[in-house]
Amino acid sequence: MSHASGSIVERFTSALADLDVPVTRTTPTDCAATIAGIVAEPVVGVELPFEGVTLPGVVDTDPSPSSLEAARTGVTPASFGIADYGSVALTATPDGSEPVSLFVDRHVAVLRRRDLLPDMPTAFERLGPALRAGDSVVLATGPSATADMGELVRGAHGPKEVHVVLVDDEGATDE
Amino acid sequence: MSSSREERAARIRHLLDTEGSAVGENTRGFNRGRYDAVADLEAYESLKDRARAIKADAIADLPALVESVTEAVESNGGTVYLADDADDANRYIREVVADRDADRLVKSKSMTSEELEVNDALAADGVDVVETDLGEWVLQVADEAPSHIVAPAIHKSRADIARLFNERFDPDEPLETAAELTAFARERLGELIADADVGMTGANFITADSGTIVLVTSEGNARKSAVVPDTHVAVAGVEKIVPSVEDVSPFIELIGRSGTGQDITSYVSLLTPPVDSPVVDAGEPDVALADRDDDREFHLVLIDNGRFDLREDDELRETLYCIRCSACANSCANFQAVGGHAFGGETYTGGIATGWEAGVHGYDSAAEFNDLCTGCSRCVNQCPVGIDIPWINTVVRDRLNRAGDDGRFDALYAELTPDAEPGGLDLGKRLFGNYGTLARVGSATAPVSNWVASLPPTRALLERVAGVDRRRDLPTFERTTLRDWFAARGGCRVDEASATRSAALYADVYTNHVDVDRGRAAVRTLEALDVHVRLPSVPESGRAPFSQGMIATAKEAAEGVHDALRADLEAGRDVVVIEPSDLAMFRTEYGKLLPAADADALAAGSYELFEYVYGLAENGADLEVLTGGPEPVAYHAHCQQRTLGLEAYTTAVLDRLGYDVVESDVECCGMAGSFGYKREYYELSMDVGKHLGDRFAAADARDRTVVASGTSCGEQLDDLLDRGSRHPVELVAPDRRSER
Ligand code: SF4
Repeated sequence: MSHASGSIVERFTSALADLDVPVTRTTPTDCAATIAGIVAEPVVGVELPFEGVTLPGVVDTDPSPSSLEAARTGVTPASFGIADYGSVALTATPDGSEPVSLFVDRHVAVLRRRDLLPDMPTAFERLGPALRAGDSVVLATGPSATADMGELVRGAHGPKEVHVVLVDDEGATDE
Repeated sequence: MSSSREERAARIRHLLDTEGSAVGENTRGFNRGRYDAVADLEAYESLKDRARAIKADAIADLPALVESVTEAVESNGGTVYLADDADDANRYIREVVADRDADRLVKSKSMTSEELEVNDALAADGVDVVETDLGEWVLQVADEAPSHIVAPAIHKSRADIARLFNERFDPDEPLETAAELTAFARERLGELIADADVGMTGANFITADSGTIVLVTSEGNARKSAVVPDTHVAVAGVEKIVPSVEDVSPFIELIGRSGTGQDITSYVSLLTPPVDSPVVDAGEPDVALADRDDDREFHLVLIDNGRFDLREDDELRETLYCIRCSACANSCANFQAVGGHAFGGETYTGGIATGWEAGVHGYDSAAEFNDLCTGCSRCVNQCPVGIDIPWINTVVRDRLNRAGDDGRFDALYAELTPDAEPGGLDLGKRLFGNYGTLARVGSATAPVSNWVASLPPTRALLERVAGVDRRRDLPTFERTTLRDWFAARGGCRVDEASATRSAALYADVYTNHVDVDRGRAAVRTLEALDVHVRLPSVPESGRAPFSQGMIATAKEAAEGVHDALRADLEAGRDVVVIEPSDLAMFRTEYGKLLPAADADALAAGSYELFEYVYGLAENGADLEVLTGGPEPVAYHAHCQQRTLGLEAYTTAVLDRLGYDVVESDVECCGMAGSFGYKREYYELSMDVGKHLGDRFAAADARDRTVVASGTSCGEQLDDLLDRGSRHPVELVAPDRRSER
């Protein structure tokens, strides 16, 4: 973990850069446009539970197994991020956040700046109450990968590409 | 016995030829990755301590944790079944699968399910069981067993897999690259997952407070196996339970780094089933996921299968702390050479597999490969939960020795091998374990003993009866031992009353009987640094019998050593040790063999020779009195010396004296005491040694003087290189004229 220095956003961004995962910063107002510029169609997604943040119209937010199968991009919210590792926490929801983030070639994770946590112990402090309340969460770090075929290949059973959209608080000017 | 040695040698040779290169390349890659990844992790040591403490508490509390997790899972709406053994588990799983009327079950990677052989049990019922981890699927297609606990198909190269797929599936375009192979497998397995009825996973951790199953993976197949079908069965050994969610944190920071050298794997799934995600039902392709009203079913099958007995076993209990990261396999030179098909039992592979196999399948399975742990200890500092893996291997070896049959033990052998072990012990083990007695007889009768030992009929007999490979040179015993020489010169030249320090130099068997020169060099060096040297009569350390799993004999030796050194320790003298494997006995292994106070006193009062010289220099001794460089030197430290973190003292002293040092970073020389002498392991030993030989034959090292701290390393280097090797003290010691 060679990202111990710098601001929390810098650490997060640099950990993800090692995995070739771009991080695009945006604001709640611009978020939909930012996402629209990142996705490859067809796009499936689940609604973002963040106030004032919406998905662009191109996203089908009511996917079925067949539209999931046809989709190239899946957009989901992330409950929090872990700066030291570049991980995003994907909470399983009845509207299908888990399959939407898993079956597509490109996963776009939308994370609020305020939900970025510094390190693993802090992340587990957040996970403890959530899991005890029955949540299921995947800590996803970069694309799906395998080395089982003789060398490292991205996109084994899950996405080949991951893109993180980091939404600053409106008017925030930190970092 | 000799024919089984032959068979074993042939099997190892075959695996070296067929699987050694793929295994070697992959494990060495993981091993380098681990060193790099943990070097960047500031809190590494404290995370390891925390992880170990959590496991120790969890295993101590296991019955209560089983109860808590059962409550948690049941209140979430799942079911928990505690299976006594593999049959019991399989019976339950078959019932669940039959209840769901399932035709296909998709699995993610789980060593515990391999232990159960649940695939066979389900296949017998006509269920189509599909391994979805790409490595496991390769093995399922090839009908082979895993050779590594994390990367099961590590013994197969890309070309092997391409050949397998092209033959089996006959694709339109022959598959070639790793990307093509992966895409092919993804598509094929995706179809099979889509209409699976049941998903089976293992669990890396289970939290007792929330009933969460933690899966550490990279491909995404475990996520699919758990989410696509409506029924999820997780199988896990009871030892996977930790008290709380928060306890999982240090393990997540350690497991990927320790295994493949990744800071974290792509996915850490924390599933609290039944999960909220909708079923992805290929039978209803156009029903929106959000509109489904699924009735998910979850079964946690906890496996005992010997684990609760292991928990009662004071020596093997720590096996249950294992998080199956594979660091002990990847850092093991023998494993790197031959892989898990030799270095493994029915299910598990690598150093800790001895504990697992003894616990879950029994001692016969452990006996198949237990010898391959040479006790070099390279894995000890790599284990994220601090298990003394060599000790587990030694205990199992001791128990196996005791289980042997009686009757091949004759009177001459008894005299040469006066140990505390049972009659059924393998004669080779007994011979090597009693090396000290052999050496005494050898010196007393030298040169006749050397001459007799080197005669072809003797070598043939030694090979047939005791398994000593005739391609190895035997040590040549000196008629005048180090102690004889020291007595003849009238003891030490430095007066104790005026000396800077006073030391008892430990004359180990090899130094005393075989390499007297290095002992004399040590005496000259210490005297030159104004140390009063005593050479008390101390028995052998017990390293030799310990390596053969002869714990009772090693314990006697430890007591003898402590008795012999007690007066020196009490008088405040330092104990200086030349041979690192003996120092490691004093500092580490004696903790298991002696009362704590005795072990602590000896551990605190003993020093490796160069550690001691370095300490003297730090305290004002002038190293100028020694023989300085600028001779170019190639140095190989001893495995146990490196585990103790002591190799830096030798290089520091050599540096200060102006030598230009290149140090090898090869894990092990491959000799490991008697290991490389054994008929059945000679080729493996040479294969491991080849890496050291190559290192010192490289352009930057080939013209350098070779020095090695360990006796075995020196012997191996002598066999590997045209130029001989010496102990570094022979380089730095003052001229022989100072002896008089
Ligand atoms: S014994 Fe330690 S190093 Fe070996 S697999 Fe288990 S946890 Fe990893």
